[in-house]
Formats: sequence, structure tokens, C-alpha cells
Amino acid sequence: MSTTAAPVESPPIDAVGVEERVARLCSRSIKKEAKLQALHLTLSMIDLTTLEGADSEGKVRQLCAKALQLHAALPDLPHVAAVCVYPALVGVAKRAVEGSGIHVASVATSFPAGQAPLEIKLLEVRKAVEAGADEVDMVISRGRFLAGDLAYTGDEIASVKEACADAHLKVILETGELGTLDAIRRASDLAMRSGADFIKTSTGKIKPAATMPVVLVMLEAIRDHYLRTGEKIGMKPAGGISTAKDAIRHLVMVRETLGQDWLDPDLYRFGASSLANDVLRQIVKQRSGIYQSFDDFSL
Amino acid sequence: MSEQRPAGAAAADRLPVLKTHKVYVGGRFPRSESGRFDRALGPDGTPIANICRCSRKDVRDAVTAARAAQAGWAGRTAYNRGQILYRIAEMLEGRSAQFETLLAAGGTAPDEAAIEVQAAVDRLVHYAGWTDKFQQVFSSVNPVATSHFNFSILEPMGVIGVLAPESPLLGLTSAVAPAIAGGNTTVVLVTGSQPLPATTFGEVLNSSDVPGGVVNVLTGRSDEMLAPLAAHRDVDGLLLCSPDPDVARSAEIEAVHNLKRVAVRPHEDWTDVQSPYEITDLQEVKTTWHPIGS
Repeated sequence: MSTTAAPVESPPIDAVGVEERVARLCSRSIKKEAKLQALHLTLSMIDLTTLEGADSEGKVRQLCAKALQLHAALPDLPHVAAVCVYPALVGVAKRAVEGSGIHVASVATSFPAGQAPLEIKLLEVRKAVEAGADEVDMVISRGRFLAGDLAYTGDEIASVKEACADAHLKVILETGELGTLDAIRRASDLAMRSGADFIKTSTGKIKPAATMPVVLVMLEAIRDHYLRTGEKIGMKPAGGISTAKDAIRHLVMVRETLGQDWLDPDLYRFGASSLANDVLRQIVKQRSGIYQSFDDFSL
Repeated sequence: MSEQRPAGAAAADRLPVLKTHKVYVGGRFPRSESGRFDRALGPDGTPIANICRCSRKDVRDAVTAARAAQAGWAGRTAYNRGQILYRIAEMLEGRSAQFETLLAAGGTAPDEAAIEVQAAVDRLVHYAGWTDKFQQVFSSVNPVATSHFNFSILEPMGVIGVLAPESPLLGLTSAVAPAIAGGNTTVVLVTGSQPLPATTFGEVLNSSDVPGGVVNVLTGRSDEMLAPLAAHRDVDGLLLCSPDPDVARSAEIEAVHNLKRVAVRPHEDWTDVQSPYEITDLQEVKTTWHPIGS
């Protein structure tokens, strides 16, 4: 595992060019059979998420039940990639999805602000992994990163990676707080060089979250990292993707930027709480030809 | 060389600026997503305007807008809904001349057009008065044999799909006013031969404190829009204003998916279609059994 001894050299980002490319990619029309396939793929990539102060064991068990069976009348659907909960509820989630192939992801490192001493963050990560988390979603210290302390941020990610042991590490950049696309690109490069398995846009607690231009910049960072090192880093947009239409646009962008390999739950995830139901609504609409109501979908 | 025109004088050779008749969805005036249009024809068959030919996706978007507006509209006080209906009447009265012109362009005789506009204004005032009264008249306390306090109240159905009648203004207001008076929101399909008063009525609604999405007006063809609206699972009721029994029947068949309530209004003359039962037909009755001590 590399620490950040080598300086991270990130290319400058042409913000207008990014907007234009996004606009062009958003104009693709995905219909009928291709749309159905995209919707199924989307379902298999969802990290079904609940990250509320009011989360209880019951709420998490209900979320897991939803993850195990997305729709009672459609048994041939793929299951979601993971459920994502707070560390204290990892054990509950782990028991609920045992044997299903669904991963349990946990946010850690003093989510969402990340303003805690490093020892406490590492302890939280170890506790989450001990409780059975297959994936850890960490937040970077945006304050230190924006102050220019890249070495601290890089070391922090590397230490968390070490604490993760076998668990996959997703690094949340919280792009809504980074300000510019250049900073987002720098943070992406830094995270990938410091040991991230996935880079993730946002906590979902701050707006704007996973906007298309931000995701495109991160995808291009992943592409450049792959071309440089041969290492495939995953991507997880989170926050603000609530419709099937948005999700399909993201898939188009991934396919056009990174290629077919990344159209896989091992390398691409959606962090979302309400996306699944809209995708289900569209699948039922596509199959039955009848527009659906949200009232017909649980949770 | 340049010819000076006196201020305020109209040139004889001036090209008139024709209005683009757009649809009214969610408090905005978009065109159809399909980009298609139909021609509205005058009584002699000459084209008088282009109107949007909406698609099932416009229907879908309108239902989304109506659903989003429904809780807020139903949550307003009945008195406030009455004020807003009265406001629609005020605005329509102020634009009487424009509606008379539109009706005349569609073939209504000028004196009949004036009467129809007045009747439409009066109809709105009628239902404005009922908004905070029909509950008292039609709710009830029911005698039961057990020690329960049993009472029934009316609640709005939710989103009502309206197939607007051929009568372009009086019929339209007679169908829409009772639906929204009771706290429903509506998606109105205007498919008759005179769509222009309806598109302009959208402008009246938009300037009358009616929240966006409470009334959504789509123009187009019944055979394209009615089936998706009738089948839509997020629509709670249908108000079918058509004398054609086949139209009503086919819509009722589509409506079974989520057991929509269907009300059929086959009238061709809407002069006397005014009654509080027009409101209650678009309400659900909720009965509560409340235990009481002996």
C-alpha cells in the first residue's frame, strides 16, 4: 500500500468542457429492452442506505428485508449490492442478510463530519469490521484537505485502509464541500493513491451531492489511474440520485468513460435510499404498460 | 426617408401577433413533450390556431404535478379554497370579452357566448360558496347499537382525471370547480372541437391564487390520452364528461387496475348541471368508530 510520498499531480479541469460533455451524454435515449436491462443493472448496484439519527434495529431489519426481496410480485429481480448502515447497527444488518450475498457496508470515521481524533476514527473502523462489515465508507478530513494538508489526508486514508483489514474501503470526498472540480480531482487522485478501493462523492447530508459533472471528473480520475497503474478503482455516487432516469444517465456516463468493465456492482454502486423504489416503479411500468403509484411500493 | 408613424396609431398593414396556445401543467405553460400539434378549426373549417397534441408522457407529467399538489391543496382550509374559487370567478369576469371572442371564433353565437361566460362565472361562485358547507350538510353522526360514537365525514379522493366535455367553457368549469372545491387536484383532458377557451382558462387559473398543479389542462386526442390516464395507478378517480357510452365504458375498463371511482356526466347542455352532489361524487366517506364509556 502506498502512502503519499510522491506528490499528487492532477491535471487541471476544464469546467465548461465537463458541463458540455455531461450535457451530450445526458441526451442519449435508452428505451425498451435496453432500458429494462439498465434498470435491472441499477438495482444490482444499489447500496440501500439508511443513515438517520433515528435509525433503530427495527428500521435496519426492515431495510434488510427490502434488500432481500425488492418486490413481492417480481421474484426474478436481482438483489441489491449492499445495505449501508451506521457502525452500531452492522451486527443487526449482518444477521438479517446472512447467506444472501448482500454485503453490509458501514460508514465510519465519525461520519458525516469526520471531525474526531484519528485514534477514535480508527477504533470505529475496527469495531465496524469486527461486527461484520464487508465494506467501510470513510469520510476524509475536508478541513485539513482544503487547508492544503494533503499529506495528512493521504496518511489518514492509508491508516483507515490498514484498519479495514479485508473489508473494502470507500473514500467519501464530500464533493459539495470541496468547492471546485479541480479540488475534487485532486482529492480523487489522492484517495486512489492512498489505498481506496472505491471513491464516493458524498455523505448525502450536504447539497449539492452527486451531480453529473462531479461524477464525470471522478470517473476520469479513475480512468487515468487505471491507465497509469492497471488498478481498477470503483466509483460510488451517493446523494441526490433518486430517479431511474438519473441512474441510467450515470450508467451511460460510466460506460462511455470507463467501459464495460465498470458496469458491475463490484466497481460501481449507487448510494441511495429512494432510488430503488423509482427503479421498481419503472420496471413494473415497463412490463405492464401501466403508470405506477409510489403507494404500491414498500418502505 | 424613414416614415414616422404617430405613436399609438395602428398601421393598416400590421401583422397581428398570434398567441401560442400551450398547455397548463404544474403552474407552468409548457408545450407537449412530443413537440406535436393539431389545428383548432373555426366553424367553417378554417384553421384558427395551433394547439398542443399531448402524449401519454404529458399525461404522466401532469399526474405527477397533480399528486405533488394534492396534499397541500386538501390541507388548506375549506374557507381558503372558497376564496380561491371566488378569485377564479373574479378573474374570469374580468376577461369576459376575451372568452366571448374565443367562443365566437369557435362558432358560438355572440349573444350565447356572453351568456355562457356569465354562467361559467356564476358556476364558480356557486361552488366557491359550497367549499366550507358541504361537510356540514353531508357528514353525519350515525346511530349504532354499541357504545361507540360513530361518525362519517367526507375526504377528497385525491387526483381526479377529468375528460372535459365538448362544452368549452361552461362545461369545463362545471366539471372542474366541484372537483377542486372538495380538495381534489385534477388532470383535465381537453379533446373537444373547441380547445381554445380551455387553454386560456389555464391563464385565468394561473392568475387566481390557484396553486400550481391543482388544475392541469392538456389538449390533444382522447384516443391517445384517456387510456393511460384511466389506467394510471396514481389517479384516484375519473370524471368522464362524454355522451358517448363507448368512451366511458373503455375508460372504466382501464380504471379497474386500482379500483378508481368513475363518475360519468353525459350532458350536452351544462346549463343546469350545478349541485353539491357534484362535489360529493368526488369524495370518499370515512367512518370512524370511537369507543365511549357507558
